[in-house]
Amino acid sequence: MSSAYIRPRSLAEALDAKAQHPDWMVLAGGTDLMVNATHRPEPAGILDLWRLPELRGVTMTDVLTIGAGTTWLEVEHHAAVLERFGPLAAAAREIGALQIQARGTLGGNVGTSSPVGDSLPVLLAFDAELELASAARGRRRIPYREFCTGYRKTQLAADELIVAAHLRPPATRTRTTWRKVGTRRAQSISKVMGAAFIELDGDVVTRARVALGAVADRPIRIAAVEQAVTGLALGAKAAEAARAALRSAIKPIDDVRSTATYRRDVAENLVARFFS
Amino acid sequence: MKITLTINGERREVDASPWKRLLDLVREDLRLTGTKEGCGEGECGACSVMLDGEVVNSCLVAAGQCDGRTVTTVEGLAHGDVLHAVQRELVACGGAQCGICTPGIAVCAAHVVDRGLIRGKNDHEARETVRALLAGNICRCTGYQLIVDAVVNAARETR
Ligand SMILES: Cc1cc2nc3c(=O)[nH]c(=O)nc-3n(C[C@H](O)[C@H](O)[C@H](O)COP(=O)(O)OP(=O)(O)OC[C@H]3O[C@@H](n4cnc5c(N)ncnc54)[C@H](O)[C@@H]3O)c2cc1C
Ligand code: FES
Ligand code: FES
Repeated sequence: MSSAYIRPRSLAEALDAKAQHPDWMVLAGGTDLMVNATHRPEPAGILDLWRLPELRGVTMTDVLTIGAGTTWLEVEHHAAVLERFGPLAAAAREIGALQIQARGTLGGNVGTSSPVGDSLPVLLAFDAELELASAARGRRRIPYREFCTGYRKTQLAADELIVAAHLRPPATRTRTTWRKVGTRRAQSISKVMGAAFIELDGDVVTRARVALGAVADRPIRIAAVEQAVTGLALGAKAAEAARAALRSAIKPIDDVRSTATYRRDVAENLVARFFS
Repeated sequence: MKITLTINGERREVDASPWKRLLDLVREDLRLTGTKEGCGEGECGACSVMLDGEVVNSCLVAAGQCDGRTVTTVEGLAHGDVLHAVQRELVACGGAQCGICTPGIAVCAAHVVDRGLIRGKNDHEARETVRALLAGNICRCTGYQLIVDAVVNAARETR
């Protein structure tokens, strides 16, 4: 039997459908869910969120709000993102290639919450909040750092949808960076990637958030590094402190994309560069 | 389900599972076999089509999502017998060998040329832009140089 299919016209309609059919596939751009689709079982039903107006677009007030249904192509060309959220623009530009960026959405990256989701370390570094919604309980907010709880495991309830992510802009004396290391510049899943949000007084780090992907079962903040660099001036000493703190903080794995040793070396180089 | 879409300017209605891939809808139901399957994983770009004005991998789009949408495949690039500039240049430059990647390359290249996305102060920059924009289209035969030649030429003619 072929799948049922619903394309809701509003978020309210989508939430009702999600509550009624918690087992249906929630489909946005399909760039995670449709991979090898012919080898996957046909879902009981499809709840199609693609282009749902209330989930779409970027707005900048005192915070940046990115609708879950916004594509990476839209994110990377948005003026406010380019101006003040450089790491997000950089991550968006390196997700897949043109065809993937035209379909892949923020909500999909967050929904999958794979350890190699490129936007996720950025969300952690900016301490982003997710906005979730359900028909029964309305809207709620949760920091991304609490949302992903294990390998592709999240706090999303069976009747919930992801509505948006909210990011506070950095103050003027803040360094934000993002770096991805993969096999080629485009269309490659990260071997290691990371983002940092570094608040400064002059050259001295007053507070830092450092997040890495592909070094654990989920994207993670590296508290040991954050503590080690606080109070130090950017430069060789801070870089060395970051490197040393990282060494004992992560246990990367060997897999088809890379080895634990390589990942550890690259991750060390990444955090060292963030603070040099 | 009943799916109505505009394909290469023509309105068509097909009955298909919403889970079917746009790629299969195009090839099997609409009998437009120009679009090729390479990997089925979104990696190679052979299946590229335009969907509502963006280039997408048709192996990653569910047919249900195409109801009411507009699709252009490689068959829709030419106007009658007049090839699109990128098609003409791919022929002239020898930018195709086995041809599996070619429809996807042509669709993606036509999109970026028509949108005026190939800029650059000089030839080197233009070529780098083409390489970046076409990074999702894998070719195992040509080594890319002749494809890049073709797309840069087409962009120059179109400007
Ligand atoms: C060739 C290729 C290259 C790729 N390269 C990269 C890369 O470099 N970096 C990277 O991070 N990713 C990459 N990806 C993965 C993918 O493109 C991204 O994760 C993308 O952001 C997924 O978005 P989507 O809308 O296509 O998700 P979908 O496949 O539609 O959905 C993904 C998951 O999110 C859920 N979901 C989507 N929206 C919502 C919502 N609003 N509420 C609740 N749940 C929701 C879905 O149910 C599903 O579980 C790549 C994929 C391919 C095929
Ligand atoms: S067949 Fe669709 S990208 Fe390879
Ligand atoms: S011509 Fe053979 S893959 Fe490109």
